[in-house]
Amino acid sequence: MDDDDLDELYQELIMDHGRRPRNTGALPDSTHHGRGHNPLCGDQLTLALKVVDGRVTDIRFEGQGCAISTASASLMTQAVKALPLDEVEALYAQFHALVTEGADVPVETLGKLAALTGVRRFPTRVKCATLAWHTLHAALHPDRAGAQATTE
Amino acid sequence: MSGAFDVRAVRAQFPILAEPIHKKRLAYLDNGATTQKPQCVIDALGHHWTHDNANIHRAVHLLGARSTEGYEGARAEVARFLNARTEREVIFTRGTTEAINLVAQSFARPRLKAGDHILVTGLEHHANLVPWQLVAEQTGAHITHVPLLDDGSLDLDAVPALLAAKPVIFACGHVSNALGTVNPVAALAAQARAHGVPMLVDGAQAVAHLPAAELDVQALGVDFYVFSGHKIYAPTGIGALWGKLAHLERMPPWQGGGDMIREVTLERSTFAPAPARFEAGTPPIAQAIGLGRALRWFTQELDRSAALAHEDRLLRALTSALAALPGIRLIGTAAHKVAVQSFVLDYAHPHDAATIFDFAGVAVRAGHHCAQPVMTRFGVPATLRASLGVYNDEDDIEQLVRAIERVRAMFA
Repeated sequence: MDDDDLDELYQELIMDHGRRPRNTGALPDSTHHGRGHNPLCGDQLTLALKVVDGRVTDIRFEGQGCAISTASASLMTQAVKALPLDEVEALYAQFHALVTEGADVPVETLGKLAALTGVRRFPTRVKCATLAWHTLHAALHPDRAGAQATTE
Repeated sequence: MSGAFDVRAVRAQFPILAEPIHKKRLAYLDNGATTQKPQCVIDALGHHWTHDNANIHRAVHLLGARSTEGYEGARAEVARFLNARTEREVIFTRGTTEAINLVAQSFARPRLKAGDHILVTGLEHHANLVPWQLVAEQTGAHITHVPLLDDGSLDLDAVPALLAAKPVIFACGHVSNALGTVNPVAALAAQARAHGVPMLVDGAQAVAHLPAAELDVQALGVDFYVFSGHKIYAPTGIGALWGKLAHLERMPPWQGGGDMIREVTLERSTFAPAPARFEAGTPPIAQAIGLGRALRWFTQELDRSAALAHEDRLLRALTSALAALPGIRLIGTAAHKVAVQSFVLDYAHPHDAATIFDFAGVAVRAGHHCAQPVMTRFGVPATLRASLGVYNDEDDIEQLVRAIERVRAMFA
């Protein structure tokens, strides 16, 4: 790896969402919520969603984390807002495959999430990018995970 | 004296320091996690496997005798290193963690009953905390702790009352892994003795950074002293528990198996005396030999006092270089410290900074350093930690400072 990989990881969109994350704060009329924790670095994330008629109508997050985990959470909230739950599931699977296995996912499917493609070359940082998505998954399937997500 | 220290000659003995990292010079500042190994230690492992390998204590053949001699020679080296009264007081373990678990289960557990307590400090690595929490849960005991002051030193005024409450054992780190604080172990041990409280000292972060006089277990007046080989230029997988023979002779075995017995029938066994009683199974023989070789290198071949003076001078240079940077907060500023400086940057998370450092060839630790109560005390989820070894030099510090400036250019 060289400095180009570093520049790809910390590209402008990531830095922007890392500094000024979108969709943050509490969501008073939420229907689903989850808490995520990365025990390796202590990052914490709480996620609240409003799901109406099988569609995510609003989503917000709070927490502290590195630029990668904050940007990933911010971009995720933008990506899933207004999506029906089955498409959220599909996106979760595609994003996970992208950053953990380097799967070839079409850019048009990912939109801005493609900015996180570079993280797959940083094995020690993949969990930063997936924390928000694991938390989302746990929030939507509280029966399976008790709405608690951990990267470990 | 310290002026005579030739850091380049020491660096030349550590081949990994020449390894390019992302095409940059390596500035290895993660010695608190593990130290690199000098060529003589690397060669000692190869020599053992090439010329001497066999199982210990049993074989009648020559290789068995050589292996046993190497293994027991390493025990003698550890005994000398800590100034133990006898080699029988030295038990090989996998490391600090296993040694503390051994004392928790074999020494503390039989003495603990519901309502008793165990005294620790707010500085402990999880290795000197979780084993005590487990044995407390098993016995209905609870944990008390010596609190921390804002500079990362222990609140010594709190100690007399905590000891007067008669904890079953006082477990205290010698040097904090997260902050580098050196605790006044001899003074604490004198107080503990006055209250009849046995004391275990976790020396994992002390052994590579303190002079012999401060690692003399008889002078310290403690009951147990534990450390890991890999923090003092030896391999992983090997460490030692030193305990007063009077304690060890009364402690029951904690793991059963081969090499720790006197006689075995199908119904019951009688056990070997210490140290064999606590060394069930085939140990990591080559690693033990590597530990003995590392200690010999550290105490006899290296100019230890000049090396430690060099390390102290570098720590002061590191701390003042960091303190001069904008947007930085130093964590752990106690008067008596060795080898470690933790810090956080106002403008970047420790993990982002550590990734960028890595691309500048700078290896530091980012995280909670297995000391989450310390992080909680200072209100941070994680820190960056630069930790020194005898081979670090001014260039390493310069490289770290430049890497921090790069992070600031990207993030601030």
